[in-house]
Order: sequence, then C-alpha cells, then structure tokens
Amino acid sequence: MSEEQKTVKAIDGPTRLEYRYSPGRASTRFLRGMEQKKILGQKCVGCGRVYVPPRGACARCGLPTEEEVEVQDTGTIVTFTIVRVPSQNIEIELPYCAASILLDGADIPFTALLRDVPVETVRLGMRVQGVWKPDAELGPSFDNIDHFTALDEPDVPFEKFQEHL
Amino acid sequence: MSEPQPLSAGHVLEYTYKRSVGPVLGRFFTSLRDGKIEGVKTRAGRVLVPPMEHDPETGEATSDDWVEVGPGGTVTTWAWVAEPRDQHPLDRPFAFALVRLDGADTAMLHAVDAGSESAMRTGMRVRARFADAPTGGIKDLACFTPEDAE
Amino acid sequence: MRDVAIVSYAQTPYVASETKRNEVEMLMPVLSEAVDKSGIPRREIGFTCSGSTDYLAGQSFSFVAAVDAIGAWPPICESHVEMDGAWAFYEAWIKIQCGEADSALVFSFGRASMGDLPSVLTLQLDPYVLQPLHPDAISLAALQARALLDAGLGSEREWAEVAARCRRDAKDNPDALVKGDVDVEALLAEPNVVSPLREHTLPPVTDGAAAMVIAAGDVARKVCEKPVWVRGLDHRVDPHSPGLRDLTLAPSAKLAGEKAGAASKPLDLAELHTPFAPQEGILRRALALGDDVRINPSGGPLAANPMMVAGLARLGEAARQLWTGKGERALAHATQGPCLQQNLVCILEVA
Repeated sequence: MSEEQKTVKAIDGPTRLEYRYSPGRASTRFLRGMEQKKILGQKCVGCGRVYVPPRGACARCGLPTEEEVEVQDTGTIVTFTIVRVPSQNIEIELPYCAASILLDGADIPFTALLRDVPVETVRLGMRVQGVWKPDAELGPSFDNIDHFTALDEPDVPFEKFQEHL
Repeated sequence: MSEPQPLSAGHVLEYTYKRSVGPVLGRFFTSLRDGKIEGVKTRAGRVLVPPMEHDPETGEATSDDWVEVGPGGTVTTWAWVAEPRDQHPLDRPFAFALVRLDGADTAMLHAVDAGSESAMRTGMRVRARFADAPTGGIKDLACFTPEDAE
Repeated sequence: MRDVAIVSYAQTPYVASETKRNEVEMLMPVLSEAVDKSGIPRREIGFTCSGSTDYLAGQSFSFVAAVDAIGAWPPICESHVEMDGAWAFYEAWIKIQCGEADSALVFSFGRASMGDLPSVLTLQLDPYVLQPLHPDAISLAALQARALLDAGLGSEREWAEVAARCRRDAKDNPDALVKGDVDVEALLAEPNVVSPLREHTLPPVTDGAAAMVIAAGDVARKVCEKPVWVRGLDHRVDPHSPGLRDLTLAPSAKLAGEKAGAASKPLDLAELHTPFAPQEGILRRALALGDDVRINPSGGPLAANPMMVAGLARLGEAARQLWTGKGERALAHATQGPCLQQNLVCILEVA
C-alpha cells in the first residue's frame, strides 16, 4: 500500500451550478440586431461615447446609454497580439491574431479573431471588415461575425484612434 | 427604444476542486475510510467530531489526543427532506440531522436514512452506516440509520 | 467617534425574477436616486463600497462589472465585500470614522432568480465535512426550526402569525414582493417544504438592488433635513458548523446588540434580517426586544429577500420609517451564514 493510500491528504470537491442567464436590455437589443446582421451600439446620454457591444451604462459617466446607433462592420485595429501557444478549448490553428478592433462609428474597441492575413503583416491602424456567417446560421449571437479580415484601404494614423485604446 | 423580448440562455458553472485537507481532517477521513470515527480533544478535554485544528471556543490549537467515538449516537435536531435534491446524500426521502456520537461533545451534520418522517424524533438513537466503496471523505460515512431498526 | 448619518436611500421595487435588466441596468436608477436625494454631488462622495456575490450570476468578478453603473472616472476610491451590503455599510462607516472620507455611497445587488439559490448558498459552507452532503439553506433553517420546537421556544402557529403579519405590513411597502391579507389557518394547512418548514416560513427568491449615501456630521447636517444618525454599530460571528452551536440562540446577535447599545434607550421599531420566520423569535430574545417594539414594519425578508441586499435594506427600511415619522429610534439587523451565524446590529436615531 502506497503512502498515498494510507493517509487521506486531499478530497475532490466538484461544484456544479446551473443558471438561466438573462443578459439585460442593452445586450438583448444588441444580440437581436446581430440576428439581422446589424451592429447596434448605444450612445451615452452624457459624453456621447458609443459603446459596442453596449452594456447599458457608460462606465465613465455612470449614465444610461439610451440612444441606439447602428455602426459599420468595418473598423481599425487599435492593438493586437499574436497567439503562438495552444490553450484548452481553443481550436484555432496557430499562430493566429487576436485584434482589438474599433468599429467605424464606435468609441470602444472589442477583441476579435483576425484571419486570412499573414500574422507578420498585422499592424496598428490596419483596416478590417467583419466576415459574417452564412444567413442560415445567424442567431442572436456575437459569433455571427465569424472573424475579421483585412480591407484594401490605407492605414489609419495613430493620432486618429489614440483616444480609443 | 422599443423593448425586445428578453433573451436568456442556460449557463453551467463547474469547478473540479481538489482540496488538501491538512493533518487533522486527513486523519479523520483516513479513519473513516477504515470504518472508524475519531474525534480530537481540545486542551480543555472536549471531544470535537468532526475534529478541528482549533478549539472553536478559544482559538487554541487542539491536542494530539484522539478518541474513537460512535458508531452509535443521538439525534439532537433534524429536518425531513421529502424531496431530495440531486446532490443530496440519499436519493430517497431522508432526514438531515445533527448527531452527537457517543463519546463526542459536539454534534455532526449528516443524513439519517429513516424511511419515513414518523420514524424520526429528537433524542432517537442512530448508528453510522459506512460506505461500501470508501473513497476518503465525509461520504465514507454513508449515513446514519435508526438503531431500533437493526 | 465621528457622528455619521444615513442621508439618502433608494431601492428597486423587488421582483421574483428580473429578466429584462442586467445588474448594471438594475443599479443605475437606484444609484442615481440615492445620490440625487443625498444632495452631495457624485464626484464629491469620498468612498464607494458594494456588497454582492458572484455566485448569484455565476460570473466571476461580476462585481467589477457593476462598477460601470457608478461612473468611476476619474478613478474613485472604491471597495467591495463578498457579503450583504450591510457589511459594505460597515466598511464605509469605518472609512468615515478613520477620517479618510466624509461621505460614502454604499450599494448592493443580486439576481438570485437566475440560479438555484438554496444550492448556491451551500457554497458558503465548510467544503470538507458540510458541502459534500449539500445541506441546502432551507434544510439548515429547518434544523434550527426543529430545535426551537423541541425547546418550546417557538411553534408553527407563531411562525405563521409572523408570516401573516409581515405580508400584511408589506401592503404599505410599494417595493415589497409578497404582500396581502392571509389567513393563519390557511398558512398552517400548507404542506411542508422541508419539515418543519412550510412555504410561508421561507423567504421569497427575490431580485433587486439598493443604494445608500452616508455622511459625517457636518456634511450630513448641511445636505439633509433629517439625518438618520448611526448611534451604535457592531457585528459578531458564531462558529460556522451548526453542530457546534445551540441553534436556538444567537450569541453573536446578542453581543452585537449589546455593543451597539440597543438597550440604552427604548426602541420604536426593529428591522430584522430574518430570512426564515422562526428566526424572528431567536432575534427578539437575543436583542431583548419587547412587545412594544414594532418588528419589520416594511414586511421584512419574508416579504422581499433580495440576496446580498436584504441586510442593507433593513438599514434603509428602518431609515425610511424614521424619515416618515414612524418612530425616533430604530434597530436594524443584518445576518450572513447558515442559521444566523453572523450578525450586525445598527442603532439609528433621528433628533
């Protein structure tokens, strides 16, 4: 009998909780928009910043973002990282680029997958566009934009997006 | 803005913790696996079951003095669970109870497999039933059963 | 000691299931109302403290997301407790006592309806000898209720009368969830959920949020017509394992009440955080509350029990009673943990 079997040193304590999560008003409107290939941001009633995806509040002002604004599926890379190490639950071929993208008309960037672009060529200010899933696969999900890919447009100078990092 | 139908989605939160138990509970669980219930004495001589590293009354470390308790004990309070939840220790109606094992000065929480609520009463005698396939943990004590039913 | 007073309070109407708004959306109107009513400009509030638990939404660090509702820019002095908002109130009071702030915003929130609350609450238990057996919150409260019956310190009729009184009083509270006139005999005819507890002795699963502004003496007097002064505040804790305690008693509540000075002058009312009806008797005895003290005029937790909010709501509801002239001296109580393990007592006075 090994020492391990002789003395109990640890116990397994699995925990499982089930939820029915509801995302709230702003996220629901956003996800319903995504279903129709529309990207719906929300504008702060105080400072005018446009949040995409919206969460219902302007984190700077603590005010509701009540005005709905449709933004484009084109945008600019404001920062990025190249992933070269595998991780659990991610099945994307390595290396890949996770980019922080500021959509045209939005003030807050979000992170998305960049594909069909050699990772060595990715740079700040690069113009990109969302690639949507086939219409038959659309649902109330942010995943409707499968990934982003490069646009054949001139880069945006840093000064133009430095306020939105 | 008009109000869309609220969305909702299922969400499961699962953790697979492995917890180190330390020397005191380690000894308790080891004994339990071997079909024996042990308590530890405080410096003042009170027998704690389940054992603790510290005396809950004084905060002092408990002694190295261990005593075997039970397997019989007395129910000090109980609650009848007519509809067990999935994670409950028994899948049929049972009682959660505080049981003061013979030789112990504190009560431990566990399940009593009594068959029906009418078989339960405060002060009743119960006896530990050990798990058929122990794994090293509190569930190696499967439950308590009424003594007079045996 | 610095004088500290509650200068404003706001809460959501309490609902069984908030499916339309997320936590931030639920909080924003409540925070705005509390800040606006306080008369202190938002940017001048010296400290912000919240109380909540991430397990209610099943999202780690959801309390950080809630900060979006405050508008924390430029960066503010902020803290959080994984406790009922009453303990956030305690931290804010300490912060003011230490002279590090002259005013504070306290808030808490919870949408317990998204998960299975009795199971969520088992995660607060010892993970070695209790949690594996999954003694849910209702079963633990039932152990305590049985102990009361056995000791002759309570009866099913007494608990039904408590529930009926709470629902009747809740008719005057627009924010309460369970309210109305009910027949005690009808309540006693309900089947047991976990014997000896019937449905009416249990708290309703409730979603909601609350916010409060407190301020030190001079600030409070300047901005508020009728500050509700904190004359005593203390919290104490009993051993965790229910097998180590006499469940018919709440020694920590008794001690907290004594330290807070509950008995130094007569009380007009007490808002007690009693999620389960049998616990009212335990607290009445521990806090030496006579029959002349009105218990839970708001309806109490049996009328609305927003998890992580209900304790802060006891402070807020007591203040609302004093603001509306229903008394001059009140006791507010909050609890955490199984079977009234941890207890906070606050003595509030106008004048």
